[in-house]
Amino acid sequence: MVAIGDPGLDSAACHAMFASGSNRKKRRTMLLTVDHVSKTYPGGRPVLRDASISLAQGESLSLTGESGSGKSTLLHLVAALDGFDAGEITFDGTSYATLDDSGRAALRRDRVALVFQQFNLIPSLTVAQNLAFHARLAGRHDPAWTTEITGRLGLSGVLGHYPEQLSGGQQQRVAIGRAMSVRPKLLLADEPTGNLDEVAASAVLDLMLELVRLSGTALLLVTHSQSIASRLDRQAHLSGGRVA
Amino acid sequence: MIRAATLAFWSHWRRHPVQLLTLVLGIALATGLWSAVQAINAEARASYARAAAQLGADKFDRLSRSDGKPMSVAEYLTLRRAGWQVAAVLQGTLRVDGASVTLTGIDLVAAPDLPAIAEASADSRIAPLDALTAPGLLFANADLARALGDRPDLPPVIETALVPPRRILTDIGTAEAVLNSTGQISYLLVLPDQPMGRPPLTEIAPDLTQEAARGTQDITRLTDSFHLNLTAFGLLSFVVGLFIVHGTVGLSFEQRRPLIRTLRALGLPMRLLMRLILTELLLLALLGGVIGLALGYLVAAALLPDVAATLRGLYGAPAEGSVSLRPIWLVSGLGMAVAGTLLASAQTLWRLSRLPILAAPGKHRWSARPRAMRNQLLIGLAIVATGIVTFAVADGLIAGFALMAGCLLGAALALPPALAGLLVLGKQMARGPLAEWIVADMRTQLPGLSLALMALLLALAANIGVGTMVASFRLTFDGWLDQRLTSTYYVTARDDAQGTELANWLAPRSDAVLPIRSAEITTGTYPLFVYGIVDHDSYRRHWPLIAADADVWDRVMTGQAALINEQMARRDGLWPGSTVSLAPGWEMVVAGVYSDYGNPTGQAIVALDRLLAHFPDVPNTRFGVHLPADRAEQQAEALRAAFDLPPGAVIMQQGLKAQSRAIFEKTFLVTGALNVLTLGVAGFAILTSLLTLWSQRLPQLAPVWALGLTRSGLAWLELLRAVTLAAMTALLAVPLGLVLAWLLLSVINVAAFGWQLPMYLFPFDWVKLFALALLTAAIAAALPMLRLRRLPPAQLLKVFANEN
Repeated sequence: MVAIGDPGLDSAACHAMFASGSNRKKRRTMLLTVDHVSKTYPGGRPVLRDASISLAQGESLSLTGESGSGKSTLLHLVAALDGFDAGEITFDGTSYATLDDSGRAALRRDRVALVFQQFNLIPSLTVAQNLAFHARLAGRHDPAWTTEITGRLGLSGVLGHYPEQLSGGQQQRVAIGRAMSVRPKLLLADEPTGNLDEVAASAVLDLMLELVRLSGTALLLVTHSQSIASRLDRQAHLSGGRVA
Repeated sequence: MIRAATLAFWSHWRRHPVQLLTLVLGIALATGLWSAVQAINAEARASYARAAAQLGADKFDRLSRSDGKPMSVAEYLTLRRAGWQVAAVLQGTLRVDGASVTLTGIDLVAAPDLPAIAEASADSRIAPLDALTAPGLLFANADLARALGDRPDLPPVIETALVPPRRILTDIGTAEAVLNSTGQISYLLVLPDQPMGRPPLTEIAPDLTQEAARGTQDITRLTDSFHLNLTAFGLLSFVVGLFIVHGTVGLSFEQRRPLIRTLRALGLPMRLLMRLILTELLLLALLGGVIGLALGYLVAAALLPDVAATLRGLYGAPAEGSVSLRPIWLVSGLGMAVAGTLLASAQTLWRLSRLPILAAPGKHRWSARPRAMRNQLLIGLAIVATGIVTFAVADGLIAGFALMAGCLLGAALALPPALAGLLVLGKQMARGPLAEWIVADMRTQLPGLSLALMALLLALAANIGVGTMVASFRLTFDGWLDQRLTSTYYVTARDDAQGTELANWLAPRSDAVLPIRSAEITTGTYPLFVYGIVDHDSYRRHWPLIAADADVWDRVMTGQAALINEQMARRDGLWPGSTVSLAPGWEMVVAGVYSDYGNPTGQAIVALDRLLAHFPDVPNTRFGVHLPADRAEQQAEALRAAFDLPPGAVIMQQGLKAQSRAIFEKTFLVTGALNVLTLGVAGFAILTSLLTLWSQRLPQLAPVWALGLTRSGLAWLELLRAVTLAAMTALLAVPLGLVLAWLLLSVINVAAFGWQLPMYLFPFDWVKLFALALLTAAIAAALPMLRLRRLPPAQLLKVFANEN
């Protein structure tokens, strides 16, 4: 189902196999390569076993799987939020093995962005401050771009509000706006619509995909929903910590 | 059902042992310092009572002349012959090692059952008759007995713990000889078991008046203010400790709300649940109370010797320096622990009892609600206003304490709104996303940290206030010592004859020899010492007058006027121009008032010839000698050798100043120790708040970590936040501390001790305290910070977990 990065090639030049639906093959520059990665939490069973995926620039990939299959863990590893026990992850030419804590933080700050199911906005900041926060932290705040995102997300009227004053759908739109304001190379979304009703979920997903396409950002999205997964370029399925 | 519910309910503590420890320690700290102060107060009061009981004299009515003059033996005999069961008492002052001690001589034939003498005689296996026959016996405690042992001019001394410090008890005959007051009687004790049908006093001795038993009233009145000061400190610590309890109980029930909801959904009645909660709180209160009592006992035992020294030094109160366990203290300490815990938990319990069964588990309220903040500010200001109004309409110590309590409590309540206001300003000035987040996040932290910050504010204000008072006092005291102690050295003769010889020997060898002669007079309820001085430039140039008429010294030295000390001036409302009654039939105009720190009694200064005109027999044994300092030691040695004087008979000025300063420092050792302890409790309050809020901080920090900050960076920012909040609190504590200092110096001191002190500012001390506050906050925040630095990413990732 999913292309497995060839360990014999470097990430910038590796070829990926795309088998989603049409079994088409494309030669593209790989942005992300997860290569035979394993992860076990202390005292627990293995969460990931030899998992491998790859993702090209501007491409979108969904990760589906049962609860506990390791999809969120894989997302966290790609976000450099946690370490892994074996294998290798390479993103944008950088091997995670070479990164210390500061390097991982810099990677999250400058090149990837995250959207969580629980929104995880900063409650003490207004919507406007939340939207610009990540970009300003990375030193890449572009007010015009942020204004465009704000408009597209329909948040212009609530910029002075605090997160607790917004609906769930609005909060998730703020989270997407915050993530996209930094113009990340890779957007990582963990069940971004899991806390929303069907209508809101559909609207939020539309907006996210639109912004991703607009900015040329790659997307790795974890979801339970096959209908959401099917809207992305490719799909990968995790089962028992392995990419099936 | 009860057992299952109890196990489920209490399982919370197994998962949160730090919270449990915090709660118990909070109760223990609140109880500990309060109990320590209570133990000190109880011990001191027991000492006064013991002194009165052992001396016996204070439990009887007294007869004395209404004109205040000494009584004659004839009057005593008249009463005895008429059937009145009375015992004569002669009381006077004796100089021992440069300090005054009270010598009380009682007619032991008329009052043979005086407990102190009866028991001491039995213990020392002395025949009761030995006390009555020449040369007699003196009874004194160990310290005084040792000092008296060096005096060959005194009768043998029996050492006994039953006589209070700085007092000598003896037979009246012996007292007459020692005080050189033959045939004089200060007053008569009216013994119990008076015969029926005795003639009324108005018939046989119309000049005498009967005064009801004084008991420990006088000492109690004198020392009440000191004990009130200690109690205020104890109460402050108690309140700070309760802040910790309030915060921890609130958090523990907030975290147990899902469990409570589940238990109630499973059929546990609210009434039973409340009983379980109360039982839990009661058990924890008792555990914390027992630990607190142990702490309190240790603190009291460490502080009591200094407190006793202070009480003896400042008030002449017969306090002892050891602490004993009293059942009432144990019971009241536990009672305070239980009452305090219930009080601190009342709000939480009230909310819980009204909680709908299906109420969702509450989230901690992170945003500081403007309306609640505004209300809190208004309540704080109202409390300050209440204190001011009370002070305006009432007088004295209680009014002063009401104002102090109003200012402290009101300011503590107004602190969170004030900090929130400052943070709003800070937010507007913040540049950059991190700075904005830090300031905004501090604002959301305020509700959780406000109690700890209020505790810190109170502790810092108390430190600044008491520190300013002590330092102002020290500065004034040093200057005052320089003004008062102008003689190069001081010498005390054995008796008048030797005094005359000394004066003659010194006169040609010194620049000046100034006699120090005084008479003790009991007027009304307190003793008055009247000093007679000769005219000398050192008085005119140096004497620390705080209020004076023109030509004050000329008027005093020509016998037209007197000087009085500040205590007497304030107590009796006597200022320049007023008339003071120094003795029956002797009134003088007050020409000046001088500061006289550390003296519990009234004092007046007149020209020596005026004193001798009224009291021709005042001893002439003490002299201040003026000469160039480089000759002083040599001359003192020659004087000692020529007159075979004991070492304590000659005291150099520098030695006396050093001794006075040492007594001063010792006096304020207790307040210093309590200051440090209160600050320590406040630091602990910050630590416990940060630890108990720890689990609720992670959802605030994890998103920022995910956006590209390291754990280490976040940990440092946490420390920075705690230190910044402490710094802002410390800045606000400065004006509050200065208000407190002013209250202590200008209101409490005047009401309690009778003297007002000028207020000096010590900015360097504030800087040191500011640094100490930052250090306290940094130490308190260090543990949570280290925990965050070492936190495995998996713990932070739980914040983002989707499957609940």
